[in-house]
Amino acid sequence: MLIHPEEIMETIQMVRSEHLDIRTITMGINLRDCVHPDIDIFNKNIYNKITHCARDLVNTTEEVENLYGIPIINKRISVTPIAVVAEGCISTDYTSIAQTLDRAAEDVNIDFIGGFSALVHKGFTPGDLNLINSIPGSLASTEKVCASINVATTRAGINMDAVAMMGKIIKETAERTRTNNGIGCAKLVVFANAPEDNPFMAGAFHGIGEPDRVINVGVSGPGVVNSAVRDLDDPDLGDIAEAIKKTAFKITRMGEMAGREVSRRLDAEFGVVDLSLAPTPEIGDSVAAILEAMGLESCGTHGTTAALALLNDAVKKGGAMASSYVGGLSGAFIPVSEDAGMIKAVERGSLNLDKLEAMTSVCSVGLDMVAVPGNTSASTISAIIADEMAIGVINRKTTAVRLIPAPGKDVGDLVEFGGLLGTAPVMRTHPYSSEEFIQRGGRIPAPIQALTN
Amino acid sequence: MRSNRFIITVIGVDKVGIVANTTKIMADFSVNIVDISQTIMEDLFTMIMLVEVNDEHFNLSAFQQAMKEGGEAIGVEVTVHQEDAFRFMHRI
Repeated sequence: MLIHPEEIMETIQMVRSEHLDIRTITMGINLRDCVHPDIDIFNKNIYNKITHCARDLVNTTEEVENLYGIPIINKRISVTPIAVVAEGCISTDYTSIAQTLDRAAEDVNIDFIGGFSALVHKGFTPGDLNLINSIPGSLASTEKVCASINVATTRAGINMDAVAMMGKIIKETAERTRTNNGIGCAKLVVFANAPEDNPFMAGAFHGIGEPDRVINVGVSGPGVVNSAVRDLDDPDLGDIAEAIKKTAFKITRMGEMAGREVSRRLDAEFGVVDLSLAPTPEIGDSVAAILEAMGLESCGTHGTTAALALLNDAVKKGGAMASSYVGGLSGAFIPVSEDAGMIKAVERGSLNLDKLEAMTSVCSVGLDMVAVPGNTSASTISAIIADEMAIGVINRKTTAVRLIPAPGKDVGDLVEFGGLLGTAPVMRTHPYSSEEFIQRGGRIPAPIQALTN
Repeated sequence: MRSNRFIITVIGVDKVGIVANTTKIMADFSVNIVDISQTIMEDLFTMIMLVEVNDEHFNLSAFQQAMKEGGEAIGVEVTVHQEDAFRFMHRI
């Protein structure tokens, strides 16, 4: 037999009991050819383009899933940032565009559609402002639409006016989706250095340097990495890094193979594999569990940042060789509500917001799916965003903030979102004000790291 | 379809008739066995087959369904995956 039985059983085992899956196959669709001054015609154009390009996305993905026997959990679409393509519309309210995206997503049967986005790291155009102001109403009246705003880059610095504005928008979005625990905020990301080819939600959009249609793949597999680490017999940290690297290689190969097959069948270009460890609420499929397998009593304690740095780096090294095109976010995710181990760590008091922030300096992506008390002020939210943006800008990496100021909830409460979004324990913020700092506005200049030419 | 070779795994408690049952379904779908190996791992019967299909009208999902149901009827778990899934993961 050409393939060793042990290799076959290892693959089967990864799928059967270690939650190996391909987290998402995301089709990027360019909407620049849909522009029209009349928003109704524009909406019709984008609906037609999306439903035409993605009509076979779900079927084809399922065929490939059966062919290889690897579950592909999510089928998604990202589109050109709406602020870019809607700017030509005479109308200033973009809510109907979000609703059109939602309807298109529903009709092609995908999970989420991303790209209700604007890139404002250096300043706003009228279209950007229209889009940002339309976010609360849009997220309150749609199910599948995800919004993202890039407010900072290493090259441009941090647009603090946008940071201040996003604090208010996040609060308003939470309020508008109050009956569902502020779930609108789970579909809203604020970025520094947002990648143009990220297949993961809620931050996916189809960048302006991308082709007309592209398939990007997001792999997963914390469960597989977790059992690889736990299977080692008294390893030193070098052995652990080696085991993670090998496992990441295998996981990524599956993503590469499935992504190429889907893009071939759909006649779309193959974009990138995003090498990310994306946890799910399933027991064992947890990034916190991997850190604890390395010898930490509870995620968040001293040593967590070092352990996460090791993990993140080993995943990249293994994955980089396994795929011909790596991109997107590529790193370990630490979304609190989606990771059973993180939730436990918060509940037992070992993981707090400050430690999470430190962790985001060595991994992707940022303060992700973190619930804070409903009465947190907009300026405090903005200040949390500003800190996270600074980490991204200075370290030349992507960082993001997806905070949920859960209406009516306070520290110690649990906020239930359901499905992959999971359950978020409400975390404590600092009681001291950042109001004056945020009110100053303006732009934090690009750091010296930006001057590379 | 690029490769017409598949890996079939059968895992379950050992009993009489596992091979007979599964190969009967394979014959119905004109699926030819290229290689076969079986062991007992931790009291579980484990059979791995490399098979080939030359029928251009071969319906993979119907075959997968029949094998799965056939396995369930005798209490074993059967999977059918395209060979590339294993080759690509472990080999460069």
